Amino acid sequence: MRRLAGAFRQLRRYPSAVAGLTIVSGLLVLNIITVIAIPYPRALELWRGGEPWEMHPAYARPSWVNAFRRVNLPRTRIVSSRDAEVRSETLPSGRRMVIPLAFDYTDGAFPSEINLFLNARFETREPFLQLTWHTPDGRTVPLGGRTAARTDRVSISQDRALAGRLGLEPHEGLLARPGAPDDPEVLPGRYELRVEALLFEAEADLEATLVIYGQVHGWAGTDHQRRDLGVALLWGGPVAMAFGLLAAVGTTLTTLFIGAAGVWFGGWIDALIQRVTEVNMILPALPIMIMIGTLYSQSIWVMLAVIVVLGIFSAGIKMYRAMLLPIREAPYIEAARAYGAGNLRIILRYMIPRILPVLIPGFVSLIPSFVFLEASLAVLGLGDPVLPTWGKILHDAQSQSALYHGHYYWVVQPAALLMLTGLGFAMLGFALDRVFNPRLRDL
Amino acid sequence: MALREPAESHPSASPRGWTRNLRRVAVFTLARLAALFVTVLIGVYLAIVTANMGGKVDELREVQIRSGVAEAVRGDPGFQDLPAEQRNALIEQRVQIQRERLRLDQPFIVRSFGYLYQAMRLNLGRAEHMHSDRGSRQVSAIILERLPATLGLFGTASLILFFSSVAAALVLSRRYGSRLDRMVVGLAPTSAAPGWFYGMFLILVFAFLIPAFPSGGMVEAPPPEGFAYVRSLLHHMVLPLAAMFLSGIFISIYSWRTFFLIHSSEDYVEMARAKGLSSRMIERRYVLRPTLPPIVTSFALMLIGMWGGSILLEQVFNWPGLGTLMFRAIGQRDTPVIIASVVIFAYLLAATMFILDILYALLDPRVKLTGGRR
Repeated sequence: MRRLAGAFRQLRRYPSAVAGLTIVSGLLVLNIITVIAIPYPRALELWRGGEPWEMHPAYARPSWVNAFRRVNLPRTRIVSSRDAEVRSETLPSGRRMVIPLAFDYTDGAFPSEINLFLNARFETREPFLQLTWHTPDGRTVPLGGRTAARTDRVSISQDRALAGRLGLEPHEGLLARPGAPDDPEVLPGRYELRVEALLFEAEADLEATLVIYGQVHGWAGTDHQRRDLGVALLWGGPVAMAFGLLAAVGTTLTTLFIGAAGVWFGGWIDALIQRVTEVNMILPALPIMIMIGTLYSQSIWVMLAVIVVLGIFSAGIKMYRAMLLPIREAPYIEAARAYGAGNLRIILRYMIPRILPVLIPGFVSLIPSFVFLEASLAVLGLGDPVLPTWGKILHDAQSQSALYHGHYYWVVQPAALLMLTGLGFAMLGFALDRVFNPRLRDL
Repeated sequence: MALREPAESHPSASPRGWTRNLRRVAVFTLARLAALFVTVLIGVYLAIVTANMGGKVDELREVQIRSGVAEAVRGDPGFQDLPAEQRNALIEQRVQIQRERLRLDQPFIVRSFGYLYQAMRLNLGRAEHMHSDRGSRQVSAIILERLPATLGLFGTASLILFFSSVAAALVLSRRYGSRLDRMVVGLAPTSAAPGWFYGMFLILVFAFLIPAFPSGGMVEAPPPEGFAYVRSLLHHMVLPLAAMFLSGIFISIYSWRTFFLIHSSEDYVEMARAKGLSSRMIERRYVLRPTLPPIVTSFALMLIGMWGGSILLEQVFNWPGLGTLMFRAIGQRDTPVIIASVVIFAYLLAATMFILDILYALLDPRVKLTGGRR
């Protein structure tokens, strides 16, 4: 313990160690906050996609890009009939409602999409609606009439007939200054979508929500399924760190135990362990893992188990063996034997603890390699099917050709976090190596 | 490799010592070959069992055969008039013929050794779904088409990486403590990220932001002829090579430099320096020569690591090599191609190890065949 404290004091002399430690502990705090703020089941539910995200824009960039742009990209505006001044008059056969959904649009860029969500309450007969679009300069664009189901979505941006009439995509044409279809420009001012509804039952009611999807969203942006990347960026941290740590602990401890047992028992056990290690060293590990991932299971736990199993007889055994061989002959081991300590006790209590401190740097340096291994598998499409991870964001980005379409944020953010994690542990590991390996200390 | 141990007496340079040296290397070579052969055997067998899902793939295949045969018999107008029993018997009979043709009537364990024997002889059989660009269904044709792409890319990358890092490390170990040296030490942790990771960034910057290089593929489409082909190939190789170089260079320089520094503080180097030998001479004779065996080892280990990482790098750069092939084969559940790629990977790894061992035995006069006895 005192040795560890001393090592810690020495670590402070290395700026890279301080930086690494800061990064790692910062990430750790962030991970803990994440796990508390977005509990595991909630994160999985969010990442499954679908309904929670329907009012989010797709392919939206993170909000911080506005800091680097001359023309600000719009955020999403949601106008609900609950906040609107709904006029209602009773007719002999029901009710007539006029819902003015008005909003100010002053951004320099067009929205990415416009949708109208409807919630109707009725017994048998669906309400009928008439939609009109009113621009700040007094034009009126009829958007047609239709009946409303109980929960309905009017995809104004998908209206091909409207696009034909406007000569532009609807979400651009409806907001554009008239007269310049080649170089459309936003006409700033107060717009209104007027919903005139005929309800055919006295008890019937209608709620309408107009969503003008922006081009930026949140601090992380969204993906092709409208999911907020922030969820996966945040949750990727705990997953990556847990995976890296567990894999590193699993492989190091098993390898160490096997190595120590080989040294202690010697003879054919040692020889067998050596041969198995040589076989294992040239087994193509990644192909085997890809096979298991494709053919059997993509669960992160199965992958972890495979990594640990393939890592038991790793090249590290050779190193541990070299370190443990002199220890085996040490007088204190002889003393332990003299008082009658069993094999297991000698291995676990006398041999392994002796070399543990020397293994810490290697152990820390192992973590990033497993973090990247998990990301590698996810990028190949073999990530855990339900977990939000950094590698899976990269995989989605690649399968949607994010770089080709210019969605750079989609690749850069998870990659930066991966790099930060990897770098944090690697810097710490390098510094620890210099602390624990006296020969390196002055180099 | 437990075969190495310091010898009590160094073999002298006399003619008799030389022949003994040769015999020593020969025995050593044979022993290593045998060990590597067993290793490849085990690796390939594991791959066969995994790729067949422990025999489960065969059950699927049998269902497929049955439905195919049933379809054919029911659809054949010649059998329309047969009574149902007779028709079922016919189906049964035909399924049996197919099963025997594919040897599915034998237990999986027995067949798996048959597969192993075929695979080890590089008799790789026919693909189930995939075919080579020329249209051949022979797995060996498919693989041979891809092998040069992988070997070319990764061979070039490792050679560049190896020579530039050793050279840079020698320079840095001479100027140890300089700003450049400290910079390399500081950058060493960046090697925690694998090549494909840097590849993604390079594609982002040099293929999309500044479109200087293609974002993937091996040559332009359609492939040009003659000299233009080579130029196109080199142009496409720049980014993947840069990615591998970036991910490996700093850690290699760092570890070599440390290694050289430790070795240049040995007594015999001090002695040589005291004798007044030139620093070039000291470097070559007293620092580089004794450190050569470990350098070669770690070069080979780097190569092995690169083979493993090739699947991802090729995937990211859309490089038509073995890695991409294997990944596609796994996606299409084309068992013969999967097994064949693993076999080729295992052979490549074994060949790398073998060359390493031979080099080691040649470079390190202390290597003896004494086994693990102490």
